[in-house]
Amino acid sequence: MPSRTVSHGASGRLRGLFLVMVLVFLEGSVFTVAVASSDQHSPITAHSGSHKATDHGSHNNTGKAFPVLDLNYENVRVPFEISLWVLLASLMKLGFHLVPHLSNIVPESCLLIVVGLLVGGIIRGTGETVPPVLDSKLFFYILLPPIILDAGYFLPIRPFMENLGTILIFAVVGTLWNAFFVGGLLYGVCQIGTESSSILSRIGLLQCLLFGSIISAVDPVAVLAVFEEIHINELLHILVFGESLLNDAVTVVLYHLFEEFSGIGSVTLLKGFLGVISFFVVALGGVLVGVLYGILAAFTSRFTSHTRVIEPLFVFLYSYMAYLSAEIFHLSGIMALIACGAVMRPYVEANISHKSHTTIKYFLKMWSSVSETLIFIFLGVATVAGPHDWNWTFVTVTVILCLVARVIGVVGLTFIINKFRIVKLTTKDQFIIAYGGLRGAIAFSLGFLLKKEHFPEREIFLTAIITVIFFTVFVQGMTIKPLVELLAVKKKQEAKRSINEEIHTQFLDHLLTGIEDICGHYGHHHWKDKLNRFNKKYVKKCLIAGERSKEPQLIAFYHKMEMKQAIQLVESGGGIKMPSAVPSTVSMQNIQPRPPTKPAPERAIPQLSKNKEEEIRKILRTNLQRTRQRLRSYNRHTLVADPYEDGLSDLFLKKQKMFQIEKKLKEMNTYLTVPAPPPDSPTMCRARLASDPQAYSIKPASNKVPMIQVDLASPQSPDSVNLLDEFGQANQQEEEEQGLMMKPPSRPREAKKPSEEDEAKDQQRLMRCLSDPGPSADEDEDGAFLP
Amino acid sequence: MGSSSSSRNKIPNAQELMDQTGFSSAHLLRLRDRFESLDRNNRGYLSRDDFEALGGLAMNPIGGRIIEAFFSSGQDTVDFSSFVRILAHFRPTDRNRNKEGTQQELPSSRTRKLKFAFQLYDLDRDGKISREELLQVLRAMLGLQVTEEQLQSIAERAIQEADLDKDDAISFDEFKKSLEKMDIDTKMSVSFLK
Repeated sequence: MPSRTVSHGASGRLRGLFLVMVLVFLEGSVFTVAVASSDQHSPITAHSGSHKATDHGSHNNTGKAFPVLDLNYENVRVPFEISLWVLLASLMKLGFHLVPHLSNIVPESCLLIVVGLLVGGIIRGTGETVPPVLDSKLFFYILLPPIILDAGYFLPIRPFMENLGTILIFAVVGTLWNAFFVGGLLYGVCQIGTESSSILSRIGLLQCLLFGSIISAVDPVAVLAVFEEIHINELLHILVFGESLLNDAVTVVLYHLFEEFSGIGSVTLLKGFLGVISFFVVALGGVLVGVLYGILAAFTSRFTSHTRVIEPLFVFLYSYMAYLSAEIFHLSGIMALIACGAVMRPYVEANISHKSHTTIKYFLKMWSSVSETLIFIFLGVATVAGPHDWNWTFVTVTVILCLVARVIGVVGLTFIINKFRIVKLTTKDQFIIAYGGLRGAIAFSLGFLLKKEHFPEREIFLTAIITVIFFTVFVQGMTIKPLVELLAVKKKQEAKRSINEEIHTQFLDHLLTGIEDICGHYGHHHWKDKLNRFNKKYVKKCLIAGERSKEPQLIAFYHKMEMKQAIQLVESGGGIKMPSAVPSTVSMQNIQPRPPTKPAPERAIPQLSKNKEEEIRKILRTNLQRTRQRLRSYNRHTLVADPYEDGLSDLFLKKQKMFQIEKKLKEMNTYLTVPAPPPDSPTMCRARLASDPQAYSIKPASNKVPMIQVDLASPQSPDSVNLLDEFGQANQQEEEEQGLMMKPPSRPREAKKPSEEDEAKDQQRLMRCLSDPGPSADEDEDGAFLP
Repeated sequence: MGSSSSSRNKIPNAQELMDQTGFSSAHLLRLRDRFESLDRNNRGYLSRDDFEALGGLAMNPIGGRIIEAFFSSGQDTVDFSSFVRILAHFRPTDRNRNKEGTQQELPSSRTRKLKFAFQLYDLDRDGKISREELLQVLRAMLGLQVTEEQLQSIAERAIQEADLDKDDAISFDEFKKSLEKMDIDTKMSVSFLK
């Protein structure tokens, strides 16, 4: 089935949309045929099987025709159907963004549920039974973990920790309040509001409480899906999202508690007390399991410098194991996953190569995106499929109670919390928090898990749950965006962290710690400082490989920024021809003979002028072309990239010139030597050697070439040679006779060492990220590792 | 605090301090207690070694600067009202107050907080953070773990980003502007001092 959609421009979008629709119809029909044939095929295979057996017995040399084209769907059925579902989900995602304006009005989650409804309807319409797709096992073990891992790995630690108290109160107390309020009042309504013979009155208190606990949990998947599109400010986002993650522990405990009680039928005070204890066990145990696996993962990543290719796999495996291990003991798997991801991230990122980091990021995003899409589609299908029992009273009361409980809960808790917060939560904030309490598929799956024998009213519950989910996702999901606009809630700011902010943040941290010391008050900063010291002293040494363990956070941040800038420059300046006739000022410094005794660093004011930008672009561009020659051989175990498929012919020419110039340079004296940092400056090492051992074979011969220590470490890498070549080459074309004397630049300049180093770092790091098309707007990465 | 009125007599200019800094009398009393516990020799004022006796400050990379900030230029002692005035910068800002005329003058306002932080960078009080001053701060914070070049690069970059009038130094306004996205009110507040 061809599945390539091309879209360019508005008309292209419509065309693309049309193609997508055609594909979807095709796929839908294939799907129904597949479902249909799977039932019919089995008898046929059985029949032909027996036929063949008898045949074989009676005729040894049979004249039966050899089946040239055979149809055997059974073998492939399960993977085929799974792939069809995933394909459907992905095509839907594609399609939505092709329809103009639709994604602005309706959040994706709603559209996906509608699609699910349609698909379910189609399947039912053709007379087949709808497969029970939102099977709880599938949901909890396959669909949910990627989303949670994605959330946990990229959790912005600093705002999370700063607001941890608030988040915990909302998650724990808020959920408890919701559960008991809804459950209790529902029971009251059932008993009082209806006649004693109606089915409702037979619902016991425990069942109502269980229902309340299922329905009260804010769902991380739904919150993510909706909040992602409204770009709300960081504080509110982390509050609602953090709450949705942390209330899992409460939900797990309450669910098991009430299920247990409903089964046994007797509630004692001891059991209640045990329930409270079990809450702490579940929550803290989950976190502990997660932390353990996180540390293991960090430790493992310390040794992966020779097998870079499977680095991402460790991250995924350890996290998944953390989740499953927590589930074994009925601990909170979600909290384990979050803890694992958050703990492992700073250390793993310090250890792994840039490519692995990109891989992890994209895989996580991809899986979580597909999972999310599938979950919503399945919700739609399950709605069509699931056994329903619509009861007006129950459903409407549930919906109203959920809303009311949420509002009262948020307002009441905020009132208490504001007494302890420095930055108070305003009414607007409270409204958004209350309104953002969406329910989702977790509630449905939990309801689905209920056994019919213990809960005869299971269908009523399921119907009510689905209604609440639909209500919150559709009504609240669709209206939250215009409401945010209407109320002029602060939006998310562009998360470009500048180096200034980073420096000042650290500075202020130290300042506040000092002030707290003077006040004699052991506050927030004091403990954070202690934790940082402990981390630096002991933990980093164990978990981070080699020299990286000593690299302070500010430096790491700075390098990241430089790298990003380099990538951006290349992307924006990709059309620069080379080499131009403009003599670059960088090489000027290095090649022109200077007195060996360079005066102490007298840094002039380098400004990132246009000319310098041009230079950087040129350097980067030329070196990109250069790497292509090296990246010829390919084997599965070394990831080498070849991103630019331009012509290779000019490369040979350059190669020749390069050797010529190298020879010439070897004859020259040592000029300026930029004092180099210790040879194995960790980031440099990692930059050069980490990802492509093949591509970066150091040429020992060129060790003595003085040059442009634009390469900061002493062993000469081919890159710096190339750098020189270009300039040498540029000048050769003009002033062959004068050798490599270059015209003085138009502006008087002193040594621009920092900027040279910048460029070196830029280009070196650029090598590593060639295959990365450039992360777009990755706020996650901008956040510092450890607060 | 039942004996507040009598204890307030121990604090000279208590009312004036309260007006200028926004502290309540309970706070002033707490700070008075702290002041007296820091003042080991009971002299009625604090000197540098009183501050240095605090172990945490000794480990702090910018501990020296913080201590210096308490001492007005030329003086060697800190009396109670200076102590309180400096600490008043770290009161949480009261955002919900209307924009009265006095709001700006409270030490805990955002501008005053930033000014205080600025002065910690700008040791020679010339109103600008020069490259050298920035380098000193970076050196103090990052210590021996980085090379001089890296420090230079970072300082370079920081100044490039913040310096709008291209005088190779960061003035107070530029400092403010570079931090406009940061939530200074939260970051420079100690809840103890509310």
